[in-house]
Amino acid sequence: MLVARDLTKEYQSGSHTLAVLKDVTFTIPQGAFVAIVGPSGSGKTTLLGLLAGLDVPSRGTVEIDGVGLHELSEDSRALLRGQKVGFVFQSFQLIPTLTALENVQVPMELRGEAGAPERARELLTRVGLGDRLDHFPTQLSGGEQQRVALARAFSTRPRILFADEPTGNLDGQTGAKIVELLTALNREEGATVVLVTHERGLADRAQRLIRLADGLVVEDRVSDPAAAGDVASSAGAA
Amino acid sequence: MKLGMLARLAWRESRTARRRLLLYMSSISLGVAALVAIDSFASNTRESVRAQSRALLGGDVAFSSNQKFPAAVDTLFDSLSTAGVPLARVTTFGSMAFVGRTGGTRLTQVRAINASFPLYGDVVTAPDGAWARLRTGQVAVVDPTLLVALDAQVGDSLTIGYAQFEIAGTLTSVPGDPGIASAIGPRVFIDERWLSETQLLGFGSRAQYEAFVKLPPGVNSPKWVAPLRPMMLKANVRTRTVVQQEINFTEAIGQMASFLGLVGLIALLLGGVGVASGVHAFVTRKVDTVAVLRCLGATSSQVLFIYVIQAAAMGFIGAAFGAVLGIAIQFGLPLVVKDFLPLDVQVSLDPAALGTGLAVGVCVALIFALRPLLALRRVSPLQALRRDDAALVRASLRDPATQLVNVTLIASVILLAIGRADTVPRGLMFAVGIGISLVVLFSAAWLLSEGARRLVRPGWPYVLRQGVANLYRPANQTRSVVIALGFGSFLVTTIYLVQENLVRQFDITAAASRGNLVMFDIQDDQREGVERAIVDGKHQVISMTPIVTMRIAKINGVDPQEHARQSGQGRGSWAYRREYRSTYRDTMVVTEKLTAGKWFGEHAADDTLHEVSLEQELANENLRVKIGDVITWDVQGVLVSTKVTSLREVDWGRFDPNFFAVFTPSAIRGAPKQWAAVAAVSDESAIAPLQRRIVERFPNVASLDISLVRKTINDIVNKVSLAIRFLALFSLGMGVPVLFSAVAATRRDRLRESVLLKTLGATQRQVLRILFAEYALLGTLGGICGMGLATVGGWALVTFVFEAPFQFAFGPAATIAAVMLGMAVGIGLLTAREVFRETPMAALREA
Repeated sequence: MLVARDLTKEYQSGSHTLAVLKDVTFTIPQGAFVAIVGPSGSGKTTLLGLLAGLDVPSRGTVEIDGVGLHELSEDSRALLRGQKVGFVFQSFQLIPTLTALENVQVPMELRGEAGAPERARELLTRVGLGDRLDHFPTQLSGGEQQRVALARAFSTRPRILFADEPTGNLDGQTGAKIVELLTALNREEGATVVLVTHERGLADRAQRLIRLADGLVVEDRVSDPAAAGDVASSAGAA
Repeated sequence: MKLGMLARLAWRESRTARRRLLLYMSSISLGVAALVAIDSFASNTRESVRAQSRALLGGDVAFSSNQKFPAAVDTLFDSLSTAGVPLARVTTFGSMAFVGRTGGTRLTQVRAINASFPLYGDVVTAPDGAWARLRTGQVAVVDPTLLVALDAQVGDSLTIGYAQFEIAGTLTSVPGDPGIASAIGPRVFIDERWLSETQLLGFGSRAQYEAFVKLPPGVNSPKWVAPLRPMMLKANVRTRTVVQQEINFTEAIGQMASFLGLVGLIALLLGGVGVASGVHAFVTRKVDTVAVLRCLGATSSQVLFIYVIQAAAMGFIGAAFGAVLGIAIQFGLPLVVKDFLPLDVQVSLDPAALGTGLAVGVCVALIFALRPLLALRRVSPLQALRRDDAALVRASLRDPATQLVNVTLIASVILLAIGRADTVPRGLMFAVGIGISLVVLFSAAWLLSEGARRLVRPGWPYVLRQGVANLYRPANQTRSVVIALGFGSFLVTTIYLVQENLVRQFDITAAASRGNLVMFDIQDDQREGVERAIVDGKHQVISMTPIVTMRIAKINGVDPQEHARQSGQGRGSWAYRREYRSTYRDTMVVTEKLTAGKWFGEHAADDTLHEVSLEQELANENLRVKIGDVITWDVQGVLVSTKVTSLREVDWGRFDPNFFAVFTPSAIRGAPKQWAAVAAVSDESAIAPLQRRIVERFPNVASLDISLVRKTINDIVNKVSLAIRFLALFSLGMGVPVLFSAVAATRRDRLRESVLLKTLGATQRQVLRILFAEYALLGTLGGICGMGLATVGGWALVTFVFEAPFQFAFGPAATIAAVMLGMAVGIGLLTAREVFRETPMAALREA
């Protein structure tokens, strides 16, 4: 379960205070597939960063499985991410100096897990890269790199997967395949998926859609009631 | 997480960066090489001194005097010999050697020895049996250089004074006698039995008399000699023991190693600056990876561990490479210095020096790398989602870990400096000097940045404006490049300035002498004959100077030792006991300058006090006498009282005869004397025939061809210069990786800017000119700062360490600054290669 309460993020710009996110509140139950959409500058990525504990809010709280991120230090948040969170980025963010197999192993190794190579090999085979285990990111196409990123994201069996424009750097066909994989893995591994996207097609596949504009939640639509949590809201939202 | 797994991850993650990181870390290699080479060689030399100290001294105890040992001392030596104590005697003096077959003459150092010489070690000759033949016949064993100089060969007849010797062989090595000793006068060894036949040790002749004693094993030499010391002191005989000799030598080696070690330490610290710049560049490239690792759950300490492991491993490889290089230098050093050292240095690996060099190298690399690496802890995982250049790795002065590293860094520099210097104050001074240099360079860089900000004008050509603006923009490289360049040129220029100043001393010395042939030991009755020989050869007598030997009998009416005690000099310095070779004249010569009192006036006939002029340092420092004091001299048995009426500064560096004490002619004109002559021979090829004519007629007169001396000095200077140039080149070489690292620190920013400019339509030429303007300014400032610092450093070294007058040598300093400028521009423009190699699109994606 992921709970956001009154999340606000402000930046100081000279003498002005710029609020990029304003009192966002919602609950996402375990196993849900949620898309966060909105135009550029609406606060999507900022919200994702706060939910994942990559950044700290100016006000408000985030809880992952009952643990308040605001109560944790930077390093404790990192440990929590290592245990419960997976990431997929628009620009793949594979470590260029590691092979596909090694990239997938990293989160498991950081947790000190045994059997990392076997699990990494299995996941890469599941995403169709069983024959490219020893390739470096620069030797892989964009779609292949994102598949490695997906395998890495699921390697620690995360409770929540955050995806930031996962198809943004891919052509339509490749993007569609990645989305297929993402939903399949979500189903098989039972993880919550929180997705930031511009793409309508991808957003439509989510069970729930949260739309942001100017840092406010302007729409919270649930297409699959089973996945509904508390409806998202923002102070001052229309 | 298990450390092993992290280490494995660190190893894998370093895959593509290893070469780059190794390049940055190799900044310390040359510093480590210098330390390992110096420490190992010093340790080898110390070991060799320990093993060969008896051979170095010539025995367990050495007695020496510049006059014949008094009868009492001789009796003592004879009784020791009779009692079975091995005792070697050596009498050394200068004499002309002449080979009749070729007509060659040359001033030599004759060493007349008894059968026991050498007490320790073996003399090696070619052919093998030559040394043994000294006992059986009237033969001489000579330096090979003498054969070349006289165009002679083994078997030729050699005339020394009035005696003739067959040349039995040449010397390959003599224990305790460095090869360089033969540079001024080649050595000629003869048996002491033939000494009287040479008739060279007559009145006033200069000779060194030595006796060496070999004690049974286990006998303590200082204790053994203690009862003899009062007698020897009274007889003006110098006593040395093997223990003192070893201490003196070890101290001298220690001082030399500590001085060179400080140069090595500067090299290492400069390398540290290079490491810091390079690792900073490395860190900026790693931000994305660290952000991802943080997203994936890595803690800040895990991230730090991963990169510290990488830096330590590469630092170790860099230091190990340096150590290997150091060992290679160590093995090569004996070849370079063998002529200067009086012993065979047995080169062997010194694990302590090797370990210390490696440890210090890795520590310096790590401490300097840690500061930029600490910034990685502050990389936000958010950077993986949204790259924020402004929030990139920035050192935070408030960060306790950064403060701790800063304090550790300063403490390490101080501790290393104290560890390398021979005294704590000197180490502290050295550390402060480094600190001041850094502050000066830092301030200069800041001034350049600020100056550029204020000076840049809209009316300037675009490329110049852009280039100058690069000096103050965010992420500028002004500080790191100026510090790297400035420190490098500081080091190299200092070494060069010291060399130039020392070499200049010799040049002045050789050039300023008016004559080119000096003759000495001319007896009173030979004076006219020598003068005639010079004039008959159509040459000119420049000066004919009388020399009278004497000792000090009383100062202000009291015994010299008593005067020494009264003036707080303890037992008194050599100046009270020595034999003075003085002259008389009524005018001053060009090598002298009056610094106190008045030159000789008319001497009243009824005044029993004559006038004397003393060399100022002798008067002030050694004798502690002043104008008006009365000195009574024992002139070969006759007491002559004099009043000190003037003090002179004397230029001892010239070949003209110079004196501590100059008398009014009336004082000692009638005393037994010898003469020294300086002649100007117009054609250098006529010098040898003139020497030959004189040696044929007056075998006791020694003559010195100054042009030959000049050549010899040049040879020595060239050898020293070669070593210094090597040191300078070494330092210059050290600057290259450091500069690369400094430039690399901002390479990505420069690359991105340049590519953007290219995208906006800038031509290759324009981009090149912008970069050229920036690097030329940085290079010029670095070079000038280095020159300024080197002037101060060079002045301090030349004035206080070498005690010589300092003169700024603009030529070499400007050349080094120009080389630095060239290096900065060259390395800077190498960055541009990538700009032109890649398409704007590819480069923008990469950046």
